[in-house]
Amino acid sequence: MQQVEQKIEVKITAKDFDSGEEPRWCPGCGDYAILNAVRSAFAEISKELGIPKENFVIVSGIGCSSRFPYYMNTYGLHGIHGRATAIATGVKVANPELSVWVVTGDGDGLAIGGNHLMHLMRRNLDIKILLFDNRIYGLTKGQYSPTSVPGQITKSSPYGVIERPVDPVLLALSQKATFIAKAIDRDIKRLTEILIEAAKHKGTAFIQIYQNCVVFNDKAFEDFAGKEVRSERAIEVKHGQPLIFGKNLDKGIIIENGKPKVVKIGENGITKDKITIYDETDFYMNFVIANMHYPEFPEPLGIIRRVREPTFEELLFNQIESSKKLKGEGNLKKLLDKNSWEVLPS
Amino acid sequence: MGDNSPEGEVRKRVQKVTIKFAGDSGDGIQLIGNQFALATAIYGNDFAIFPEFPAEIRAPAGTTYGVSAFQIQFGSIDILTPGDEPDALVAFNPAALKINLPHLKPGTLIIININEFDEINYKKANWESILKGEETLDEILSKFEVIKVEFNKLVVEALKDIDIPHKDKIRTRNFFALGLVSWIFMRPLEPVLKFIKENFGKKPEIAKANEISLKAGYNYGETLEIKHKFPRIEVQKYVFEPGKYRYISGNEAFAYGILAIKEKTGIPLVYSSYPITPASDILHYLEAFRNFGIIALQMEDEIAAVNTAIGASFAGGLGITATSGPGLSLKSEGINLAVMTELPLIVIDNQRSGPSTGMPTKTEQTDLLFALYGRHGESPIIVIAPQSPGDCFLAVIEAAKFAIKYMTPVIVLSDLYIAMGSEPWKIPDIDSIAEIKVDFWKKPNGFQPYARDEVTLARPWAKPGTPGLEHRIGGLEKSHIYGKVSYDPQNHDFMVKLRAEKIRRAQADIPDIQVYGPDDAELLVLGWGSTFGHIRAVVDRAIEKGWPVAQAHLRYINPFPKNLNDVLKKFKRILIPELNLGQLLLLIKGKFGVDAVGFNKVTGTPFRESELMQAIEKELINMEKEGKLSKHIEVYEGKFIEKREEVAKSAAG
Repeated sequence: MQQVEQKIEVKITAKDFDSGEEPRWCPGCGDYAILNAVRSAFAEISKELGIPKENFVIVSGIGCSSRFPYYMNTYGLHGIHGRATAIATGVKVANPELSVWVVTGDGDGLAIGGNHLMHLMRRNLDIKILLFDNRIYGLTKGQYSPTSVPGQITKSSPYGVIERPVDPVLLALSQKATFIAKAIDRDIKRLTEILIEAAKHKGTAFIQIYQNCVVFNDKAFEDFAGKEVRSERAIEVKHGQPLIFGKNLDKGIIIENGKPKVVKIGENGITKDKITIYDETDFYMNFVIANMHYPEFPEPLGIIRRVREPTFEELLFNQIESSKKLKGEGNLKKLLDKNSWEVLPS
Repeated sequence: MGDNSPEGEVRKRVQKVTIKFAGDSGDGIQLIGNQFALATAIYGNDFAIFPEFPAEIRAPAGTTYGVSAFQIQFGSIDILTPGDEPDALVAFNPAALKINLPHLKPGTLIIININEFDEINYKKANWESILKGEETLDEILSKFEVIKVEFNKLVVEALKDIDIPHKDKIRTRNFFALGLVSWIFMRPLEPVLKFIKENFGKKPEIAKANEISLKAGYNYGETLEIKHKFPRIEVQKYVFEPGKYRYISGNEAFAYGILAIKEKTGIPLVYSSYPITPASDILHYLEAFRNFGIIALQMEDEIAAVNTAIGASFAGGLGITATSGPGLSLKSEGINLAVMTELPLIVIDNQRSGPSTGMPTKTEQTDLLFALYGRHGESPIIVIAPQSPGDCFLAVIEAAKFAIKYMTPVIVLSDLYIAMGSEPWKIPDIDSIAEIKVDFWKKPNGFQPYARDEVTLARPWAKPGTPGLEHRIGGLEKSHIYGKVSYDPQNHDFMVKLRAEKIRRAQADIPDIQVYGPDDAELLVLGWGSTFGHIRAVVDRAIEKGWPVAQAHLRYINPFPKNLNDVLKKFKRILIPELNLGQLLLLIKGKFGVDAVGFNKVTGTPFRESELMQAIEKELINMEKEGKLSKHIEVYEGKFIEKREEVAKSAAG
């Protein structure tokens, strides 16, 4: 019996995570690519970390991205607008054995749900948050979102957006989230890798995924995410590796006086060993890199930050266990009897 | 009137007495009030209390809006309310005296800390007539029996050998006052001494000082007796049903009830809430009960609190949250998610004065319709209203049974008066409380997330981690049985009706409403929630007078007990007293079409027995005029207060 079960586990594939429900996203939506990446990643995670399929839970809020759970053959809770992070917190503390994933969007996670997102990251629950960022409200048909860029023309900003956008990674950094990454929808391979790393991380993992909305904000990320330009305009950061990019790997980032500088290897005496080696555990370096954006800098992608800190549930259950040791396992009868008095039959 | 005890003490024996302590919010009034109540409980009287405190933590000292007060009625008879106007008032400063004066009856015993009655404090209390010399304190107090005591001077004298700062010596005057009142009303000091030892143990000098001042106050009483022949007041013990008792507040009872739910369900219990008056204490208690394995979380806001609870229930735990009106507003959408996903959820609402921030430290019953209907869409849920502080224990346990059995949110509709109020409570036998059955769905074969139990109509509870039962639920309408997202008009119509029917079926588990009173009663006084004690107290008196009055009290607001219609139809008129503008009245008239009238007030304070009695009297007169009473009865419109004083006098004599 045991062996049979093991066989099933080994055999698990992306297809096992397909709920059979037909996705109702627009043709060409970036969500399809993410869905494929998540299904593949879950199969890998299940195998590598020994997490059975029934232990995956996906919680979402409201928006196009939040339909995600319906298409995954896992336990899923499609919640209410902005509250997926709060719901997921309850799921995780009630059963820390579960692998809990939140799927949210730039509106759901950063506008209506900004508060809960911030607190989840600050608490460092072992929950993985996938923020699908398309810089637009899709399900309500095209209003600007908290990540829309200044000047962006949308249905609710006919004269152009006059707000400064939220930088999701900087928000995560401000909460010292213990795992922060940035990825793009169409690079399924890299996204899958990052999802697997996120699963291995013990603590909150926050992944901003640039996701193309073909209908209301098409090609929003094309300038740096486009296949032909990506190697020149984006940089994949890796812990312990020099910050090098470019088609010919001839460009790099040097951090000097707390500021990033783009350099060309071989010019002005710049050699490869002068290029800054990335340290994902260094908060200051994380900040400098996260703050780089195309076109001033190459857009940073990959795992921006990863540090191991106690999770909320570890601390919580430690407190529960240590208080049991200190005070003894709670006894309701004794508790009620404290300061009681007896009335005897007269 | 007085009967001399064997030792020659002058004693006055009364059936019941009401005392009020009033002073600055920094004077430790609540502390001595609660200690007096505990001593009273241990002495063996029945009692009810009413604490009043300002919303500010330390309102400016000496002002009328900074007054904190604690009223207790105790007696040798069943005590159901904290009493109307007090028989004795202890006023720590002019502000405390000034705001209470209009409510005092002639002859009230007033103890004042005369050291604080100076020009500065008259100014702080804004006592114009005294400041302008229009009247003196003695003139104002001429109708009362007054003891002026130099609290400050006496404690400093008593503590001359204790090496603590002068200011700390003065602070012990609340214990001095407690000592004096304990002497007058013959309360034991031992429970207070024990409390001092347990709570000030880390500061032995302060503990010693409090103890000395307490005893000094008590001894001061003896000098009063000798000098002024002042009588001690004796209230004989109440004959409690045998058993083990404790003193309990509504919030404590909720916390203990939640511990009991954990024990009786055996599933993880997640209590998530956000601080709000008057519900925060539940969080304080539960956070301290970590050793019970309770997962108590302080969330970032009310919305997170309810959604975290829902997440916990989805994961196979039970999510509970508590709040007050403004927080309930924020939780509406979350509660609806639990309605739609059909997950168990308990929301405790300790109602307070609204709308908006309203009066956060004052009580009201104004969330009734909000609890029932304050959500978008057709959103039926179960609503239970506990009727006393101790009743909160069983009410929340019942809420858990309903929530799990019917897979539904349950609102427990309490209020500030019972949440913060306390009473002697017979401790239930925990072993005799039945287990709360939790049947997680386990079989993959034939599992459908929205299949139904034939009897309860509940859907199966399949928790994550169970192989083969992976499924998705959410706020979108789902198809019957299969739980797929559905926009089908017929399906929605069906599901709306099904959710309503499911809640209606919970009626099967709701006990019949009982009528209290004579068989030939013609006026029914129908209440709900925390007004139970006040209504019972006056209905008892009405029955004593031979009035054809009975009481019925609703503990289950939704669904109503199945016999409610039959009960209501037996009476010629229903009088519905509520601390709102007639919310239950609207429901009763709308659902049952009976002849009902309301008696309503929204002052932020509980009913007074006198006004309820007058309301009953007035309604009987109306009925008589309309020819709706089958026999003529003697009522005393307008003369009621005089009559009551006669009764009081004869009781005191």
